[in-house]
Amino acid sequence: MPDSFISSVQERVRDAQAHARPLVIRGGNTKAFYGGARAPTDEVDMRAYSGIIDYQPRELVLTVKAGTPIHEIDAALDAQGQMLAFEPPQYDLGATIGGVIASGLSGPRRAYVGAVRDFVLGTRIINGKGEDLRFGGRVIKNVAGYDVSRLMAGAMGTLGILIDVSLKVLPKPVSEVTLRFAFDQAQALQKFNEWAGQPIPLSGTAWQDGVAHVRLSGTQAGVTTAVQRLGGEQIDAETARKFWTSMRDQQHACFGGSHTLWRLSVPATTPPITVAGAGAPLIEWGGALRWLRGPLDAAALRAQIAALGGHVTIMRRGDGGADAAYPVFHPLEGKLAELNRNLKLAFDPANILNRGRLDNF
Amino acid sequence: MASVSTASTSHSSPAPDPAIDPAALQSLRQQVQRALSNVLPDSALLVAREDLRPYECDGLTAYRQLPMLAVLPRTVNEVQQIMRQADQLGAKVVARGSGTGLSGGATPLEDGILMSLAKFSQIVSVDQAARTAVVQPGVRNLKISEEVAPLGLYYAPDPSSQIACSIGGNVAENSGGVHCLKYGLTVHNILKIEVVTADGQAVTIGSDALDSPGYDLLALMTGSEGMLGITTEVTVKLTPKPQLARVVMASFDDVEKAGEAVAAVIGAGIIPAGLEMMDKLAIHAVEDFVHAGYDMNAAAILLCESDGTPEEVAEEVAKMEAVMRAAGATACRVSKDEAERLKFWSGRKAAFPAVGRISADYICIDGSIPRGALAFVLRRTDELSAKYGLRCANVFHAGDGNLHPLILFDANKPGDLEKTEAFCAELLELCIEVGGTITGEHGVGIEKINQMCSQFSDSEREMFFAVKRAFDPKMLLNPGKAIPSLHRCAEYGRMRVSGGQLPHPDIPRF
Ligand SMILES: Cc1cc2nc3c(=O)[nH]c(=O)nc-3n(C[C@H](O)[C@H](O)[C@H](O)COP(=O)(O)OP(=O)(O)OC[C@H]3O[C@@H](n4cnc5c(N)ncnc54)[C@H](O)[C@@H]3O)c2cc1C
Repeated sequence: MPDSFISSVQERVRDAQAHARPLVIRGGNTKAFYGGARAPTDEVDMRAYSGIIDYQPRELVLTVKAGTPIHEIDAALDAQGQMLAFEPPQYDLGATIGGVIASGLSGPRRAYVGAVRDFVLGTRIINGKGEDLRFGGRVIKNVAGYDVSRLMAGAMGTLGILIDVSLKVLPKPVSEVTLRFAFDQAQALQKFNEWAGQPIPLSGTAWQDGVAHVRLSGTQAGVTTAVQRLGGEQIDAETARKFWTSMRDQQHACFGGSHTLWRLSVPATTPPITVAGAGAPLIEWGGALRWLRGPLDAAALRAQIAALGGHVTIMRRGDGGADAAYPVFHPLEGKLAELNRNLKLAFDPANILNRGRLDNF
Repeated sequence: MASVSTASTSHSSPAPDPAIDPAALQSLRQQVQRALSNVLPDSALLVAREDLRPYECDGLTAYRQLPMLAVLPRTVNEVQQIMRQADQLGAKVVARGSGTGLSGGATPLEDGILMSLAKFSQIVSVDQAARTAVVQPGVRNLKISEEVAPLGLYYAPDPSSQIACSIGGNVAENSGGVHCLKYGLTVHNILKIEVVTADGQAVTIGSDALDSPGYDLLALMTGSEGMLGITTEVTVKLTPKPQLARVVMASFDDVEKAGEAVAAVIGAGIIPAGLEMMDKLAIHAVEDFVHAGYDMNAAAILLCESDGTPEEVAEEVAKMEAVMRAAGATACRVSKDEAERLKFWSGRKAAFPAVGRISADYICIDGSIPRGALAFVLRRTDELSAKYGLRCANVFHAGDGNLHPLILFDANKPGDLEKTEAFCAELLELCIEVGGTITGEHGVGIEKINQMCSQFSDSEREMFFAVKRAFDPKMLLNPGKAIPSLHRCAEYGRMRVSGGQLPHPDIPRF
């Protein structure tokens, strides 16, 4: 049945397309700092479209309107002993699920259970032509048509306005324990990778300043066995919860400071990276994610990390840094850039949706 | 319909293709042959009818078509050259892995080049520390796990066809297996692919890191049925082998109770390593064939696997058994050792060939539905089986709600194939109507192309074409598969409502 919110959004998109006037899609605005610069323009405020459409714990599937605050979703899942396994960063209470999907950011569990895109089953979107489209569905396995739903994860709203989304959810682990180890950086990287190659129920790893945190989640028996095997010092549950939340939301002290925050995504086995002008990184995801703070040379850093098979994102720009002129996302080249551009135009021919948020688009 | 068929009758694809002018075809063939002979050694270019015969169909054997010609490139450079020539001459290209696909994805086109990736059969490298392997697309799925077994690792997605199917085909179909409830589908288990695009350019999609800049093209390419590019290399993730696995085999005297038990297991917060169901007809076919020790009195059995450390498995198996009994299981057996576990699975894995023994032909449907609708859809399937007078065996990935009804028929019996097609079409429509999808893992290909008209709106299908054009503006890669044209859907719509009524007006909503 036609929903007045949806038809009004369609109307606005068609109008914007006709006038080639960009539209900004707004959820909780908790990630306003993230992504390329956009000119001030009309906003589509998704918070008006909020609520759980369908949640069947026994199906492990949740369908929810894009403007729903993530804390509401967490509460509903929690009541059934389930969770969003990709542990999305929330930054603060206002974060909506639409913003979570669009930004494609995942938390500490990512390296062990998967990213946002791995849990997207279906989406309803309005593309840049104002068409109301559904892709994927509410089932775990679905290969009918191209997987447009997963494509929405991380597209920063530049391909379509997310209206609703169906996600696979998982039962919360019965047992969870966090261990602490005194490791130097090289040792931490070596251990994280070694353990990930063994049947150990890892669900989070982090290293900073000589201290490694390792979280284990699973059955009671599975966690107990792993604890015995790994050793280390067990920290209390409340401290552990706070620690992983601060990692997830990038609110840990080491994310602080006024300089630019750089996100380095690299192969997990990459040895310690030394960057001129920066201290030792904060490491997550078993080594696959490394954070740096500092007034760094973006071009040099990008070249250095690309040579290692990784890429660099400016997570938060610092005050008056020299990087102000550099794109937020690692620039694409050649055919890959062409395919990205073609896709953008296929969904949004007039380039009106979140123009500038993915730098070029 | 995927049919493993002994029938000699061949059907043209269900696509209402405009007939191709023989003279134009002959001239295109000559041009393409000339162009390709400049870039390929003779041994890599097949033109004689008898050389093309092996490629005339994939696992969907009811549909056969000889390609215009076939190529067997050995290097990425050759793949690029072929694509460049095809692009210049406007010739279509259909990629082929092992040809085990069940939806006609690799069915050749009369005016198309068939590109076999069979010569790309090397495991390029294995990185134990990173838990990854770089493999060529023609490598068989199982070969990867065999190769890395000494390292305590394996490649998790395990289609039943894993001894034969290629990793390139797995990527193109986003294949699953009995363990994907816990370990994910192909899309969750690959990091990076090398692709040659329709215009012959080589591009890397994904990376050795956990994410890459730009849109998630890796997700988009996975399951795209060879329509967006030719995969020339795949970097797969490897999973540590669990120390132990045990399977609970539960019998039920009623199919619907078994369906309920599936939902109850998931509802109890358990994610089994595998959760499969077989009904009576399948049990009997299998038991006569492999003697797996199945309960011949059961109306249905469930195979529910737990894996992990011995302690974890003990804890989980106890829970699974309790749930099964509470759900009304008439018997429960837990595998004592690895040999018995493999024996229990042997029946499930041999289900297709076992059914092949009791029927001349069969067709496998691949609808995927919300688990809550399992009992209803199974009952409805029974009714349809009676309506069409065709036997139907159910063996499927119950934990994911991915059905595989096998419809038994005899292609040499006049009218049987047509009845089977109608049965399939009704079942697929039913899957859509309960909120599911027409294909969980086998792909649309040519087989389910009509039902795409029901599952997606005109503008959604147009969006798919727009995606296709973003990669392949001249529509040369496997055209006519997976996404039906507006024209085709209009035809199908007229056919469907010809009775004045849509099927299943009485369906409850889930
Ligand atoms: C007995 C049996 C059991 C099966 N069980 C399962 C199962 O449990 N789960 C499951 O998911 N499937 C199953 N299948 C289906 C089939 O095995 C899978 O779809 C498999 O992934 C196909 O691989 P293939 O190499 O045979 O591909 P093919 O059949 O050769 O091709 C399939 C598609 O992939 C494309 N393609 C192939 N290689 C490439 C490439 N390098 N680049 C681009 N496109 C390419 C083709 O164009 C075609 O569209 C089963 C099939 C059989 C016969």
